[in-house]
Amino acid sequence: MKTLGVIFSNIHDKEINELTGKRTLASIPFGGRYRLIDFALSNMVNSGITKVGVITKMNYQSLMDHLGSGKHWDLSRKNGGLMMLPPYGASDRSLYKSRFDAICGIETFLKRSDEDYVVMSDCDAVCNFNFGDVLQKHIENHADITVIVRKVKADSLEKRMRTSVRYDADMRVNKVVNSDKLTGEKKLFTNMLVVTRSFLLRLIENAQDWGYSSFSRDVLVRGCGEHRIFAYEYDGYFASVDSLANYYACSLELLDKKKRDELFYKDGANIYTKVRDSAPCRMIGNAKVSNSLIADGCVIEGTVSNSILFRGVKVAKGAVISDSIVFQDTEVGEDTNLHCVIADKAVRVLGGRTLSGYQTHPYFIAKGTVI
Amino acid sequence: MKKKKCVAMLLAGGQGTRLYALTSGTPKPAVSFGAKYRIIDFPLANCTNSGIDTVGILTQYQPLILNEYIGTGEPWDLDRTYGGVHMLPPYQAKKGGEWYKGTANAIYQNLHFLNEFDSEHVLVLSGDHIYKMDYSAMLAEHIEHNADCTISVIDVDEKEASRFGIMDFDAGKRITSFEEKPKNPKSNHASMGIYIFKKDVLVSELIADENNPASSKDFGKNVIPTMLKEGKRMFAYSFKGYWKDVGTVASLWEANMDLLGETPVLGLSDSNHKIYSRNAPLPPTFIGESAEVDNCVMTTGCEIYGKVKNSVIGEGVVIGEGSVVEDSVIMTNSVIGKNVTIRYGMVDENVTVGDGAVLGDDKSSRERITLVGRGNNLAAGTIVASGEIID
Repeated sequence: MKTLGVIFSNIHDKEINELTGKRTLASIPFGGRYRLIDFALSNMVNSGITKVGVITKMNYQSLMDHLGSGKHWDLSRKNGGLMMLPPYGASDRSLYKSRFDAICGIETFLKRSDEDYVVMSDCDAVCNFNFGDVLQKHIENHADITVIVRKVKADSLEKRMRTSVRYDADMRVNKVVNSDKLTGEKKLFTNMLVVTRSFLLRLIENAQDWGYSSFSRDVLVRGCGEHRIFAYEYDGYFASVDSLANYYACSLELLDKKKRDELFYKDGANIYTKVRDSAPCRMIGNAKVSNSLIADGCVIEGTVSNSILFRGVKVAKGAVISDSIVFQDTEVGEDTNLHCVIADKAVRVLGGRTLSGYQTHPYFIAKGTVI
Repeated sequence: MKKKKCVAMLLAGGQGTRLYALTSGTPKPAVSFGAKYRIIDFPLANCTNSGIDTVGILTQYQPLILNEYIGTGEPWDLDRTYGGVHMLPPYQAKKGGEWYKGTANAIYQNLHFLNEFDSEHVLVLSGDHIYKMDYSAMLAEHIEHNADCTISVIDVDEKEASRFGIMDFDAGKRITSFEEKPKNPKSNHASMGIYIFKKDVLVSELIADENNPASSKDFGKNVIPTMLKEGKRMFAYSFKGYWKDVGTVASLWEANMDLLGETPVLGLSDSNHKIYSRNAPLPPTFIGESAEVDNCVMTTGCEIYGKVKNSVIGEGVVIGEGSVVEDSVIMTNSVIGKNVTIRYGMVDENVTVGDGAVLGDDKSSRERITLVGRGNNLAAGTIVASGEIID
């Protein structure tokens, strides 16, 4: 079945403002060599989707640089492929303010497409998910929208606005709640959904008459009795990146082989990313490395444990890095100690420094900082 | 269409018999090297980094893996609208077809390709050397000398000289003598098997050589000596830097070892001369709690739980708990079980080594490498002696 993909690259920028100062949420580095958008893109590509629109709003240069022509995701195509959808700058229109606004902004793109269904995803969802099955169910149910949900014990979550969904035995959604005070076991919306394109266009056309301006409040919460909204449960690996603490925890979870296998190798589906042609990593001198993910291009002469090192990180002699995440091209000087640190790209921590955060509050060093 | 200044012809058809099991199913240029590369990545990346965007790859022996690897040439930035990478296998023609009889004949059979691009110069490369080189500097000298042919030269150890084409040249770099693999070499100036010809000269020389029944259709043995006899303008281009013929198991192993150490003999981290390769979509390498890594080079997708010392570990390799891998090269996607010992070993791609196996023994050394060919499954407890080859 012909399906179109749409990815929202900016929606949750404010939630991790440390990491989104100079980039979109979509281009936040994750897992040693990826950017968050790689997961959404790869999931669509692995589900046979060959046309994906990426909606952008602000500071998307790093995202453009990362995506290029789309060839690394096999999306450099004559028909379809990767389409960047930046804001359309007309004088009578301001930048979109909500998901609903953003969807209205791509009306032309949606109208010109001939796919029957649209798969939408944000970039905060880190998972290896195949849309094939949910599409099948969506079609069988003659659904307008099928939201992908997962069961979560809400008590353990940070206080933050979330969308929880209730549905009957036929998976038909009968109640949607937006709240930051959820307790007990809930089925939370993953920000991934399938929508019938003709329904989406009807929404856009009638938005004013129906008084719709918010996707979750108006379409899901108010509209769930009226529209055919269904739920689809996903119970595989899922990391929702919605705060720095959460980013830190989700990242280090990848040191668990089971989680790694589920995210990177599930059913033979790989996660694609931009190739950088770094040389292989070198572990030399008195390097000691344990329980860590090490990307290409790293040169390690010190000690690294329980950490993730992105491409091209240099760890000098005597340096000790523990429980930390170090982004691309960062250099850690001699005898420097980093514990529970997230060091953004191209940071230089000179020799003899000691920097430490705490498991629940990692210490963040901004891009390009010299310490 | 605008003429190309220089196109490259890369000879990649050789079997590489002295690599034994490593080339049972693949030609030498497709053999794995340096954790994430294949030998052919080096000349291809050199071309891209030298501004040469048209490369004909002459294949013959077991071309399938190579064909698949090269694909459209995209990883080397050689997927071009005009130019780019072209696979040139022997073909059947109206008057019959034949295999490539030698390096010169391989290019002779593809004169149509040279005529199509009609470049001013032709760079002839071989696919069995590891080196980083800027061909554009050599081309500039070739043009400056108004040379018919320029041969890249490196000074080798005098004991080794008889393995190479050896030449002499005058103060102006003009070549005065050339001998292919001489018994008593007069100098240590060795040909690197890298030639730049004026295209028109090359075409007429190849036609003449083809019509000479006594010729064995080889550049080093026939074409170069003949041109020298004819008094053609032949010049040497002196290359300084790392260059290694990896035609034997020992030399391939050594070249891999040259990547190790604090300041490796062969450094690949120069961002102005990256070596491109086809990357697998794998996550970064995981080094486990129990692992020890001491002086190694490894790439993405590995899972390391054992002890690895002085070794080069390829993409997606697994090394189980309790295993010890020393002075070895483990190539792409091979799985080493638990409590395995490997000393001075070269394990080709997609090999499985069962738990408790022992590869190599007390006599293991750089001269006695244990070699395991592509796709082998070694049962648990297998013992393979030093110097042994499992095809």
